[in-house]
Amino acid sequence: MNALASPTQPATATVTAPVIEATGLGLTFETGDGPVHALSNVDLAIGKGEFVSFIGPSGCGKTTFLRVIADLEQPTAGRITVNGMSPEEARRQRAYGYVFQAAGLFPWRTIERNVALPLEIMGYPKSEVAQRIARTLDLVNLTGFEKKFPWQLSGGMQQRASIARALAFDADLLLMDEPFGALDEIVRDHLNEQLLQLWDRTNKTICFVTHSIPEAVYLSTKIVVMSPRPGRVTDVIDSTLPRERPLDIRETPEFLAIAARVRDGLRAGHSYED
Amino acid sequence: MDRLRDKIIPVTAILLGIAAIWYVGAYLMNAPFQRDLDRRAGETPTFSEFVVKTMTQPKPTLPAPHQVAVNFFENTFLRKVTSARSLVYHAWVTLSSTMAGFALGTALGIAIAVGIVHVTTLDRSLMPWIIASQTIPILALAPMIIVVLAAIGVTGLIPKALISTYLSFFPVAVGMVKGLRSPDMLHLDLMRTYNASSAQVFWKLRVPASVPYLFASMKVAVAASLVGAIVGELPTGAVAGIGAKLLNGSYYSQTIDMFSALLAGSVVAVILVSLVGLAGRVTERAMGGRPA
Repeated sequence: MNALASPTQPATATVTAPVIEATGLGLTFETGDGPVHALSNVDLAIGKGEFVSFIGPSGCGKTTFLRVIADLEQPTAGRITVNGMSPEEARRQRAYGYVFQAAGLFPWRTIERNVALPLEIMGYPKSEVAQRIARTLDLVNLTGFEKKFPWQLSGGMQQRASIARALAFDADLLLMDEPFGALDEIVRDHLNEQLLQLWDRTNKTICFVTHSIPEAVYLSTKIVVMSPRPGRVTDVIDSTLPRERPLDIRETPEFLAIAARVRDGLRAGHSYED
Repeated sequence: MDRLRDKIIPVTAILLGIAAIWYVGAYLMNAPFQRDLDRRAGETPTFSEFVVKTMTQPKPTLPAPHQVAVNFFENTFLRKVTSARSLVYHAWVTLSSTMAGFALGTALGIAIAVGIVHVTTLDRSLMPWIIASQTIPILALAPMIIVVLAAIGVTGLIPKALISTYLSFFPVAVGMVKGLRSPDMLHLDLMRTYNASSAQVFWKLRVPASVPYLFASMKVAVAASLVGAIVGELPTGAVAGIGAKLLNGSYYSQTIDMFSALLAGSVVAVILVSLVGLAGRVTERAMGGRPA
């Protein structure tokens, strides 16, 4: 499809095989106050090129699920594959880019050196590093800020730089944990639009954790509604919205219908704990 | 203008205050001996003559500031730097073992910190010993180090430098353990998503994150090194160095010499701490630090 395809993508992966497949996935944290069921019996398949949002109240396990995919947490029950491999193998093959809630740029590196960080670690040749920095900074509209240090940029620009960093090594899977949660709504709208364009251009699979119903509906091809105690999936909604989405699509009846269904799903999850 | 108001005026005011108290102290402490002298010589000076006499004794109990200043000036600028009476010569002797000890101590402190951060066994076992090592008074330990090393033929700069090392590795070790552990979870998780090796995590994350801690602890360490070098010069038979100058002064009641040696020691300390601070600021600026 494109020159961006990761060289580590296994040749065995077929078009129909899901990128992420979880069956009966559970994760229980043992704490001083007894076990906490962060995830319980999660079944989910995510296909290539999908944009999947995970939405739910705090403690519903959406971030935990993302961290399990990333091999940052170990499940205690069930199984999960990423590109047909265990999450650990996938991580070793650098199958995904992860964008955290905070930008998490290294303050002692300029923006271009921050984007170069994964490339240095993965041993890309110098000439290619420069070219990839230029290309990814262009993707997130940060050209011209290469030599700036993180503190010289606004919060939204820092988060864009951290997205550039996650894109630099062209993993086909992008995991985003409330990346715009700390930003104001105007910046957020703008970044949502840019993210959709980026997804459309690169055909990556994106898993996106959010608190915001409009954000989830606007961005996703699939919305996973989750609820807490124990963290579980209560509804999976396939969006009927077209791939091309101007911002004002959020006022269409179709959009509002999906949003209503998400809201119902969240409410159903909440009534469980009362 | 701001600098004048914020720094120079308050510092000058404090200095003048100290000088005034010092002069009063010099008068009070030197007066009994001067009275004694005058009584024996059968002299009856006026009060102002008497005050001047208390400030001009050759071996006063407490020398007046100007006596120290004159002595310091003469022994710093008017003597050949190779002369045994030159403070520059003595300061250089002390400075060289301070620098050697500080370099060794910093290297040792960093090595210990790296060990503690990376090896669980060292983390559990080493820290209590390090802390215990610092509870031994250096005055008790210094002569032993000098004597033991002299017995195996090691004399001169190295024993003094080792005492400096002993004092200076501690703040660096403690500071660097904290510094190397300072990266937050997010940055460590990030490195894990890149499947970074522990060497890469160390060089690309832990080391740069620890730099501010390193310079803060080096400031403490360099001052401790100087103290170590001076203490190390006391039991060597007082050949050369600021410590030797102090010891000689106390043997022969050369209080003015002692005070100007102390002054030379503080000048060296101020220079060393400022240099470390400057190096820290330059490094931080190069690492994208926000200008204060």
